[in-house]
Amino acid sequence: MSKPNRPTMWEAMQNKGYSRRDFLQYCSAAAAAIGVGSSGLSDVIHAMETKARPPVVWLHFQECTCCSESFIRSSHPIVADVVLDYLSLDYSETLQAASGHQAEKCLWDTVNNYPGEYILLVEGSIPSKGDGAYCMIGGRSALSILEEAAAGAMAVIAWGSCASNGCVQSANPNPTGATSIDKLIDNPVIKVPGCPPIADVMTGVVTHVLLYGGPPELDNQGRPKEFYSRRVHDTCYRRPYYDAGLFVDSWDDENARKGYCLYKMGCRGPVTYNACSVTRWNEGTSYPIQSGHGCIGCSEEGFWDNGPFYQHLASFPGFGIESTADTIGTVLGIGTVAGVAAHAVTTNIRKRKLMKETMDESVQGARVKRDK
Amino acid sequence: MDHEQVGRYRRIYVWEWPVRMYHWINAIAVILLIGTGYMIGNPQNTFYAAEAYQMYFFGTIRFVHFVCAFIFFFNFLVRIYWGFVGNRFSRWTNFITFRKAQWKEMWDILRVDIAQADPRMHHKIGHNSLAALVYFLSFLMFAFQSITGFAMYAANTTAMLPRMFTFIKPIMGGDFGVRQWHHAGMWFFILFTIVHVYLVFYHDYVEGRGTTSSMIGGWKFERKDILE
Repeated sequence: MSKPNRPTMWEAMQNKGYSRRDFLQYCSAAAAAIGVGSSGLSDVIHAMETKARPPVVWLHFQECTCCSESFIRSSHPIVADVVLDYLSLDYSETLQAASGHQAEKCLWDTVNNYPGEYILLVEGSIPSKGDGAYCMIGGRSALSILEEAAAGAMAVIAWGSCASNGCVQSANPNPTGATSIDKLIDNPVIKVPGCPPIADVMTGVVTHVLLYGGPPELDNQGRPKEFYSRRVHDTCYRRPYYDAGLFVDSWDDENARKGYCLYKMGCRGPVTYNACSVTRWNEGTSYPIQSGHGCIGCSEEGFWDNGPFYQHLASFPGFGIESTADTIGTVLGIGTVAGVAAHAVTTNIRKRKLMKETMDESVQGARVKRDK
Repeated sequence: MDHEQVGRYRRIYVWEWPVRMYHWINAIAVILLIGTGYMIGNPQNTFYAAEAYQMYFFGTIRFVHFVCAFIFFFNFLVRIYWGFVGNRFSRWTNFITFRKAQWKEMWDILRVDIAQADPRMHHKIGHNSLAALVYFLSFLMFAFQSITGFAMYAANTTAMLPRMFTFIKPIMGGDFGVRQWHHAGMWFFILFTIVHVYLVFYHDYVEGRGTTSSMIGGWKFERKDILE
């Protein structure tokens, strides 16, 4: 099969009838999305002019498609630009027109024709139990599709908490053995966790990979530092209430109406690294805390097992839903004090004779001295 | 004349001043850390203000916690150092209790402390081996609280020291897991304090060897016939 000639991103835009001015505006928007300043704009334009439009393969496994839904609501640059203009989205179950054998052919054509050039986006975790029977596409197991597709990928991006950490389907006891993709393939994986991830973060990461041909700087959990280096808590507009010590006590109290800090209500902002309170959602309209609901930490590993969400401390494993570390600690503390008190009482009973002897000796000794 | 009882005990200088300093700095720091830590983990609307800018109560609680944590950490390092240069009672070797004789001693002490056998059967001057083992475990807890605490604190700072401990986060399942275990660790210190203070009182009360005051002046008392 002959390898189709791929246009550069600039050529692709020209073919669609965009003007040079449109192209430059578009480059500025893309640069802003990945945090490149105006001084770096010429690099972005140069890359768009010279680099071929990379083919993109978007795989769906154990997921709910909320990542795709989030992605198509991206506002900067607008989704039409991303999907149709600078990505060549060759395969995505949700968005593609092809179906059945044609769709599968699209996937493997891209994988076979562009080794080392295509970007692999993975949405969803992989079932490792039951020989992969819990997720089969076109008669193949999720794992075998992933392994073959990842082998020749230029970059692998794990969309959302499913592909990054396993997410809710891997919650204890994890019946399907849902596993994050980085544990199954050798490729370096860019993790973009969140349930779903923020649309503008997703386009930002893809744009970075497109322009620089490689992953952005990652933290020790494999997440792009650009978007995941700061806590929701530290960038939250309710933070001053936290520092003041003004908390919401229940969802319908006066403090909730005033918009005090949701820390007591189990808000996971202080332990969650994401860009929610900076970029916000739906074209910058709002984010959970702004809407009056605490953060549930959806971009953090294990958030699904750290419940209840409306409690500051998680329930302690093995001791029932209502018992936190504090409940157990209090019981142990009371037990210890009771034990110690009982011990003090028995000491005075059982050691009475011994202490009397010692005291008598001591009194004798003192007398001896005085007599002298 | 019966002079035996008069000169029966000898004073022994057991705890040097750095050990005593360490002990009390540690005691104060731990009490403040437990108090502020509990408040951070169980926040209450303590004071009222119309607007957030009028108050910095929770920020101050956290500040006290962080300051005490740094003091606690460096004080701990000083104690480790003293374990190499101090007298024989403070040596690090005291805290490694693998020898058979030490296990036998532990058994005896358990009989004295819990089953309340005759206390005159054990005569260790410094740390007895059961205490040494418990202190060794508590040193591990010190390290655990320091690592988890600094790992969480790293998000607030660009300083190098706390950021050295962020490696623990992926292992413990992110900041949430770190916070959870740091909070659970607090209860070790609470339980330790209850038992520790009680046992000091108990031994002093029953044996009268100056156990309590030894941590103030450094001296303990021991029967001469045992020393020889």
